[in-house]
Amino acid sequence: MTSCHIAEEPIKKVAIFGGTHGNELTGVFLVKHWLENGAEIQRTGLEVKPFITNPRAVKKCTRYIDCDLNRIFDLENLGKKMSEGLPYEVRRAQEIYHLFGPKDGEDSYDIIFDLHNTTSNMGCTLILEDSRNNFLIQMFHYIKTSLAPLPCYVYLIEHPSLKYATTRSIAKYPVGIEVGPQPQGVLRADILDQMRKMIKHALDFIHHFNEGKEFPPCAIEVYKIIEKVDYPRDENGEIAAVIHPNLQDQDWKPLHPGDPMFLTLDGKTMPLGGDCTVYPVFVNEAAYYEKKEAFAKTTKLTLNAKSIRCSVH
Amino acid sequence: MCSLPVPREPLRRVAVTGGTHGNEMSGVYLARHWLQAPAELQRLSFSAVPVLANPAATAACRRYVDHDLNRAFTSSFLNSRPTPDDPYEVTRARELNQLLGPKASGRAFDFVLDLHNTTANMGTCLIAKSSHEVFPMHLCRHLQLQYPELSCQVFLCQRSGEESYNLDSVAKNGLALELGPQPQGVLRADIFSRMRTLVATVLDFIELFNQGTAFPAFEMEAYRPVGVVDFPRTDAGDLAGTVHPQLQDQDFQPLQPGAPIFQMFSGEDLLYDGESTVYPVFINEAAYYEKGIAFVQTEKFTFTVPAMPVLNPAPSPAS
Repeated sequence: MTSCHIAEEPIKKVAIFGGTHGNELTGVFLVKHWLENGAEIQRTGLEVKPFITNPRAVKKCTRYIDCDLNRIFDLENLGKKMSEGLPYEVRRAQEIYHLFGPKDGEDSYDIIFDLHNTTSNMGCTLILEDSRNNFLIQMFHYIKTSLAPLPCYVYLIEHPSLKYATTRSIAKYPVGIEVGPQPQGVLRADILDQMRKMIKHALDFIHHFNEGKEFPPCAIEVYKIIEKVDYPRDENGEIAAVIHPNLQDQDWKPLHPGDPMFLTLDGKTMPLGGDCTVYPVFVNEAAYYEKKEAFAKTTKLTLNAKSIRCSVH
Repeated sequence: MCSLPVPREPLRRVAVTGGTHGNEMSGVYLARHWLQAPAELQRLSFSAVPVLANPAATAACRRYVDHDLNRAFTSSFLNSRPTPDDPYEVTRARELNQLLGPKASGRAFDFVLDLHNTTANMGTCLIAKSSHEVFPMHLCRHLQLQYPELSCQVFLCQRSGEESYNLDSVAKNGLALELGPQPQGVLRADIFSRMRTLVATVLDFIELFNQGTAFPAFEMEAYRPVGVVDFPRTDAGDLAGTVHPQLQDQDFQPLQPGAPIFQMFSGEDLLYDGESTVYPVFINEAAYYEKGIAFVQTEKFTFTVPAMPVLNPAPSPAS
């Protein structure tokens, strides 16, 4: 039993992003509400800024105008010379980078929560980008425990080639918050309530941390991305099979080799191959048809976090 | 708004249209499939023609490009002089009117079945114009009897004095299948399969009619619109709240005065202040936010449908 802990700097600036995808309405309306009345997201000693990241897409109630804002926060796009000819989202990404970044900058935001919805049956999901981030593992553990018995899953997108350059990645501590199922362009009260609770617990954690609370070592179960699976397609590139009814809505549940995976338009079942059980996520997400992703295969593993305590106390 | 009398001849010219809204995927994928492989639309006395109604919106996976195609079939849109600035869907409506109509003429198709999905929890909903349309009412009854487990509800959309504006109104008789809940842009196997089965049964019914089957009079229950309710909004026109959890997913269930209908972002409940029970449908349909509709209020009513005249059996094409 060790009494040593990781001493972390206090958290000073937190941002809550909504409307990164303009038709994922929970984040849009929570942020708009908090811009009018931010009482619920205030915590003593902490600056919490709600922000609409893609206002033009929000206005049109569409995912994006020119390109997906949540895929372009890489060095190449952020470094392009600003001009009217650049896609709208690339120009917007540079603006956001200057307002909230750069990572580890003096005035930069410490934590960014990016609010999303999915058409998949994923419930409350937290998205982690770095498996060695003690602070975030502790935060996620706190959120999961506080939400119980409502399930809250952690999706780890750390992967050499599949990790993507998210809007939130410009902060030291990027947190993706994804709640589903909700259709694009629809605002459901139950989903709003769940996302609101996730933010509340996250902000409470930060507040307790800043006040000097020590969080003992903990462990959380996470689902790490292995590979993305596309729909079977015909010679014209059109989808030739649908997510099988046995897999539809079964995000986070084990899928074994031989279990039904797709159903062709002619009624033939296509089973999962290979010899590993996987845990599918983002099963039948509307926005991923064009990204050629029917679902993502994940593997379940445990991440451990050391004890953490704010260095100021 | 012309409802022609009940058919006295076999129905020969039948069409099934998908992708009238380009992001309602059951119909999109069925239409695309049948355009490659139309065999399952064939019957002894006729073959149904598959049509992808809004190709540009389908390609972009959007409801519409310029204008809702399923609101573009009024005589004002169909008969006015074409101009180069016409919205895409107005031009397309005129093309479909040439193909399947002309609306209200003797040359129109005998029957058009239009396929739709909704984000609302409407299950299997059959949408026809009015209780006076004998053939569609018998068809609805047939579907209800074939699939009691689906609890098919009949929604009669035409309000009195109003001209019909939807795609299936170009034909002499028409029906829309509205299946949900399904998100826009998503193809669910269960809903796809149900839609496909229902289409087959519709065509089977037409075949039965053509072959001289008798369909006696009966009593039917249906829902017709009495009003719409918008979301609570801020002065700027933005949402100030959303459908209350107790109303969400309760399509076709009775809504009593005093029951909660909206939950504000600030926490309070807004209550239904009407004077009588209504039956809400299209509760929280994504496409209706921009039309200022959070749900459609309907009343339930019962009416008698007269027997259909029995045809002399149709000869099959080979004889």
